[in-house]
Amino acid sequence: MNDVSYFEYPMDEKKFHDAVVDLYREAATSLPADVQSALQDALEKEERDFHARLALSVILENVESARKRRRPLCQDTGIPLFFLKVPAGISHLWLKNLIIRATRTATKKIPLRANAVDVLTDKNSGDNTGIGFPIIYFDEKRGRKIIVDIMLKGSGSENIGQLYKLPSPELNAERDLEGVRRCVLDTIHKAQGRGCPPYIVGVGIGAAKDQVTKLSKEQLMRRLDDTNKLEVLSNLEKKLLDEINLLGIGPMGLGGMTTAMGVKIGVNHRHPASFFVDVTIACWVHRKARMTIDTTDM
Amino acid sequence: MTENDVLSLRAGDMILISGQIITGRDRLHKFLYYERPSKEQIPFNLEGTILYHCGPVIREADNRFEVIAAGPTTSMRVEMYEHRIIAEYGLRGVMGKGGMGRQTLHALQGNVAVYLTTIGGAAVYLAEKIKRVSGVWKLKEFGMAEAMWVLEVEDFPAIVTMDAHGKDLHEKISKRSYAELRKLVGIA
Repeated sequence: MNDVSYFEYPMDEKKFHDAVVDLYREAATSLPADVQSALQDALEKEERDFHARLALSVILENVESARKRRRPLCQDTGIPLFFLKVPAGISHLWLKNLIIRATRTATKKIPLRANAVDVLTDKNSGDNTGIGFPIIYFDEKRGRKIIVDIMLKGSGSENIGQLYKLPSPELNAERDLEGVRRCVLDTIHKAQGRGCPPYIVGVGIGAAKDQVTKLSKEQLMRRLDDTNKLEVLSNLEKKLLDEINLLGIGPMGLGGMTTAMGVKIGVNHRHPASFFVDVTIACWVHRKARMTIDTTDM
Repeated sequence: MTENDVLSLRAGDMILISGQIITGRDRLHKFLYYERPSKEQIPFNLEGTILYHCGPVIREADNRFEVIAAGPTTSMRVEMYEHRIIAEYGLRGVMGKGGMGRQTLHALQGNVAVYLTTIGGAAVYLAEKIKRVSGVWKLKEFGMAEAMWVLEVEDFPAIVTMDAHGKDLHEKISKRSYAELRKLVGIA
């Protein structure tokens, strides 16, 4: 592993490391308020369906217990995914190494389930670190503050996401927003209850496979009440949410009116020959958290 | 569970499980399917028990195992193995989330067993229903998540979603959602 700690660095290593461990704990053990209240609303709506009510009541009790006992909401503590926005002049490599160290600490202390498995040997690294694990993206920003967003992405829901290239004769989907709509509905129908609904759906549209997948995950960082700045997409988000909920898959796929709690769509420019659509699903245990560190304090 | 217990259950019923269950997920299924260990080679009696698709978080302290989080994992991933495991080891139940396929449904019918759905993501709530860890197999080799854990549970909630009479709640919901999908996008 690369180590840049020999640089004279103006920031406090321990402070950043400990803050990342706390961020892991916050994300793993407490559900964001918007998601919790969406689940609460769903319970009130599902008055007719016994299975949906049962699933949602257990889910909400679990949220309370996990928060009170500081325990991971779900035993699949997921793939840790980081989005960092960093002021100019701070080494990304330095930050990356501290995140890796904090991942090891968090795995032991919280504890998290060790989920990093060597593809070739099937050996679990035991500490949630490995090749490309955790996933970390960097961007530069103005100002003095570092913003660290974390998502602990459960793999039950990760497995049911789909990548499409349009046109798709099978879905009768062309290269337009109607085609995108068909992709999203297809993904949810194929997923049924396997990824722990009610879901939150992230959609990325653009030129290349890697780009749209990252974009769809960025959409999942948006709050449920966040409105898309592009009106045409905002309308599609609302329409798709209603339509997904008509499918009747319901909480845990046991039937009901709440199959999704939000749909968020992002666009990039595309190549004339390509129109990729990635649909990433988040389970109801949508674990994410943000911290902001002022570098002048470090 | 006895054969009669299982036969009395219908898709849609909610049950509370008390007694001993075992865990097993991807790695254990592949192992049981290909290596075919005899019943004597497995340190626990699987006959009549429930196999729970779960990779728990368990902490070992003072020579004691403490279950921290233990919700279900997606069952469909072990579809290609489960039918033979049900038959060979005499399971009376398989528990997980999301449902399973045709092969498993036939095996449930043929061997008198049920598929149970429990609540995904409710890992702390469900861990509280586990009173004790009474054994573990293949912990070193497979690791914590993939090992076979023997758990004593009390009032562990689950819904019968595939019964021994060939009824499958998942298939019913899937068909209904497909009919809605057709209405929405007009595909043939």
